[in-house]
Amino acid sequence: MILWWLGDAVLLLVVVPIVVYLLRGVLNVANSIVPSVQAIATVAAAGSKDLDAGALLVRTQEQAIETIAGVANYGGSLDVILDDA
Amino acid sequence: MSGYVAPVLAFAPAAGVMILAVALIVLALVYYLVSVIVALWKITKGLDEVIVGVSEIIAKSAPVNDIVTTINANLDAGVDALEGLLVKKAGIDDAVGLVDGMYPGAAAAGFRNYPESGAITPPRIGEVYTKGTLTLARLGREAPVAVANPADGPVLRNVEGGSLAARLLYPDRRQKRPKTLARSPVIGTDAPEQYEQRDDIGEPRKRMPAR
Repeated sequence: MILWWLGDAVLLLVVVPIVVYLLRGVLNVANSIVPSVQAIATVAAAGSKDLDAGALLVRTQEQAIETIAGVANYGGSLDVILDDA
Repeated sequence: MSGYVAPVLAFAPAAGVMILAVALIVLALVYYLVSVIVALWKITKGLDEVIVGVSEIIAKSAPVNDIVTTINANLDAGVDALEGLLVKKAGIDDAVGLVDGMYPGAAAAGFRNYPESGAITPPRIGEVYTKGTLTLARLGREAPVAVANPADGPVLRNVEGGSLAARLLYPDRRQKRPKTLARSPVIGTDAPEQYEQRDDIGEPRKRMPAR
């Protein structure tokens, strides 16, 4: 009977506090992850929205090609009408 | 029949305490594990949103690399062509000077396809100076730019005597510094002296204009 009481004491005074301590630690860590994940989600959505203008790069590419072609034409004309150094 | 009743549920007090302790442990496990589950559910929901956003970023940025590479290739070709044309037409020295005139300090970097151009001392050519201005500067006449000496040589213009040099361009009478000079003629219908006095105004022409 003494051993039984001793086991009860150990269970109540040692095991229960340790279990509660460990579970609370896991819960605190899990709760701390939540705002970080939500912040990352917000940033990802904002980053995706910022890249909406990326589609315009196709037109920029076309304009760059057209501009360089025009410059090349002007350069060819200048090469003809100007004397070399 | 005797009056003895067998106990249905009988246990020692120590056993009751143990049951209570186990119940406490189970309650703690339930409370904390449910809380962890809720937190993990929130994390999963947030990660789903993150995955959606990141997927959009990946999809939208996928063609950027190729497009920017193409744009850079075209711009490189343009720069190469313009550099080559400029050096061909103006010569490497004047080309460096022209670029440095428009973008001060750019000559230090030199041309991309002409590594030796970085070591050239750029002649002072500014796009704001016309050829006439530069000619005047070299002649030392009245051009403020002469002080800057764009020819990169000794200053030809005498700054202190510059006005005298300019006055020498006028007729001799002005060189004697007269107190008064002949006034400019008054012109107009009310002028005391009417030029081209014609007596044939209103009359038939005496001489027909030549054909």
